[in-house]
Amino acid sequence: MAQNQAQQAYSPGTHPDLPPPVRTTGVLGWVRKNLISSPLNIALTLASIWLLWSIVPPALNWVLAEAVWSADTRKECWALMGAPRDGACWAFIRGSFKLFVYGWYPEPERWRVNVTFLLFAITIFGALRENIPGKKYWLMFATAFPFIAAWLLLGGFGLTPVGTQKLGGILLTLVVAVTGIAFSLPIGLALALGRRSKLPALRAVCVIFIEFIRGVPLITLLFVASTMLTYFLPPGSTFDLLMRVLIMVTLFASAYIAEVVRGGLQGLPSGQYEAADSLGLTYWKAHRLIILPQALKISIPGIVNTFIGSFKDSVLVLIIGMMDILGLGRARLNDPEWLGLAPELYIFISLFFFISCFGMARYSLSLEKKLQTGHKH
Amino acid sequence: MAQTSPSTANPLLRLWRNEDSRGVIIQILTMVVLCAFIAVIARNVVINLANVGKEFSFDFLMWPAAYDIGFSPFIEYTNKSTHLRAAVVGLLNTLLVAFWGCILATILGFILGIMRLSSNWLINKISYVFLEFVRNVPVLIHILAIYALVVTLLPSAKEALDIGGGAFFLSNRGFYVPSPVFEPGAGTVGIAILVAIVIVIGFRRWAKRVQDQTGRIYPVLWVSLALLIGLPGITFLATGTPLSWEIPVLKGFNFKGGMALKPEFLALWLALSYYTACFIAEIVRAGILAVSHGQTEAAHALGLRNNRTLQLIVIPQALRVIVPPLCSQYLNLTKNSSLAIAIGYMDITATLGGISLMQTGKEMETMIIVMGVYLVISLTISSFMNWFNQRIKLTER
Repeated sequence: MAQNQAQQAYSPGTHPDLPPPVRTTGVLGWVRKNLISSPLNIALTLASIWLLWSIVPPALNWVLAEAVWSADTRKECWALMGAPRDGACWAFIRGSFKLFVYGWYPEPERWRVNVTFLLFAITIFGALRENIPGKKYWLMFATAFPFIAAWLLLGGFGLTPVGTQKLGGILLTLVVAVTGIAFSLPIGLALALGRRSKLPALRAVCVIFIEFIRGVPLITLLFVASTMLTYFLPPGSTFDLLMRVLIMVTLFASAYIAEVVRGGLQGLPSGQYEAADSLGLTYWKAHRLIILPQALKISIPGIVNTFIGSFKDSVLVLIIGMMDILGLGRARLNDPEWLGLAPELYIFISLFFFISCFGMARYSLSLEKKLQTGHKH
Repeated sequence: MAQTSPSTANPLLRLWRNEDSRGVIIQILTMVVLCAFIAVIARNVVINLANVGKEFSFDFLMWPAAYDIGFSPFIEYTNKSTHLRAAVVGLLNTLLVAFWGCILATILGFILGIMRLSSNWLINKISYVFLEFVRNVPVLIHILAIYALVVTLLPSAKEALDIGGGAFFLSNRGFYVPSPVFEPGAGTVGIAILVAIVIVIGFRRWAKRVQDQTGRIYPVLWVSLALLIGLPGITFLATGTPLSWEIPVLKGFNFKGGMALKPEFLALWLALSYYTACFIAEIVRAGILAVSHGQTEAAHALGLRNNRTLQLIVIPQALRVIVPPLCSQYLNLTKNSSLAIAIGYMDITATLGGISLMQTGKEMETMIIVMGVYLVISLTISSFMNWFNQRIKLTER
């Protein structure tokens, strides 16, 4: 009867919109659409729930509930749990945390490392913010940062000199990664321009260099740095191992950057090159004012991906015996007091890399969206 | 003389201002600087080598290597073999882990990529979390962690996990599986397989020609499968089942017989595979998303069924997007397999570039060979990629 009345009360076309069916909206609708829309979907949902149920509670239990946060040795750690390995022994990480961050950097000089970290954070903040007043000065500071950091860390010019063999842990990881990132950008840019050059000799040199570096694994280049590079130097001169490694890491990353930038240069419509030519701009002016700003913009995601790769690759230095975060951690694992705590160590180091790299990836994604000025097809 | 214009006053400046001659000058300068650089390095190398009393030669390859390689499934190797043989064992081990790694990575990558596209929210999110976590942690950490898991968490050989009817054993000494033993007559079965493959290729060509000319479609897939399984199967039975399995048996502290996948190989293979699979998953996802929905609708409008649409319309177009980055992932996997040295799997970097280098002190020669090998592998894979790209390139008007 109620329906009849409603039909009578409105003339055709004037009926107010009815709410959508309950089963397609709200929590219920969401569940129906996303979890149980078909028999296959129901099976998949059940399988996922079973998977989560069998992994997540035990993992949380191990990581948090049963974990021990302060103890002096592994035995003490395990004595505090119901049974050995029932929980994580985070006391291991806590006890070694300073070593993991600073390596063997001398205790009284560690403020210099802290200042470097702080300046690093400021640099990143300044370089990444879009609308920051005095952008030009921020960029100049970012360019100067590697040199300031080198002075702060290694000393000289009024600071106590600290040998490069004292660098270790997260500090060394960051030094290797940031150097590779900072210096590979200009070198890679030059290589990309060289590869696109009209001059055959210049082009051939760049192509051979890029393809050679991209064709061999980084580890072989690091072997070259650690065993062979001294033969290339003038007789009698020695060269610090860290410096040799940094050169190789930089060259390696710059070959990849070169390919990314070349992609950007090729992705630019040829009308841009022709327009620059018809304005009578020279090669360098055309590139500085018209080509590079656009080409670099398209290549930003690729550049950030290369940075992430070079950050992850920095752990390879452990294979030639340098004590980065992974090398130092593994050395700690052999300490009789902390023997057999590999899971804790690898989880800690994985988290460190995950947070850094995932952060970079998310930033690249947001930048990509912000820079998207063209029309999306 | 007073009328000479500034530009003619200095002929060098004139040359520099002409675009063509400037190009030539720049190139000559580049080559001169490069040659000078190489000459200085070569001179340094000669002097330095003379100072330490070494000479540049590849003779060391024939010296006895005097170290053991625990895992050499293809060729005989003892510690009396030469460095050359050690290098070949290393190369084969590199190729072995790269080959199986590429296969497993492709399978896992496609599964993960399809899971990422699933409309099921839970499946979608679980695969997202897994992908992001794996991708953002260095592969070396994955390798070391998996190796630590295999070595510390798996039981000793005495308490090996029996996973599959007393023939498959998983322990910290490795994964033991039955190994095939070929008896006389097995060769005939091999020939039958080859014959079946040849017939299948011929049949497919013939069926395609018939379809192009008349439009008649033959059940190519089923006929191929029947040939590939049936012909060798019948031969196998006819020659009296010339194949038996050698089952691993526990003797003392380790297994005897069967085939062993060493923990080093297992860890490297698994870690490289799932790490690369996470990158392949993104490629697969992007490739499938790149085929616009209009293509599927057009195929349906033409009356193609779902499986034919996938087979003829969606997959070929998605492959065009997927294959080039997929190949570069294969290349990455092969290069990453050099991290084997961290867990003691004897690949080319660990044998020739590691122990042989240390023992003979021939840094230059060993590194040249190792890098050369990787360059050849890279160039092979990328030339295959270029060939494939040419084949599937979009033919436009």
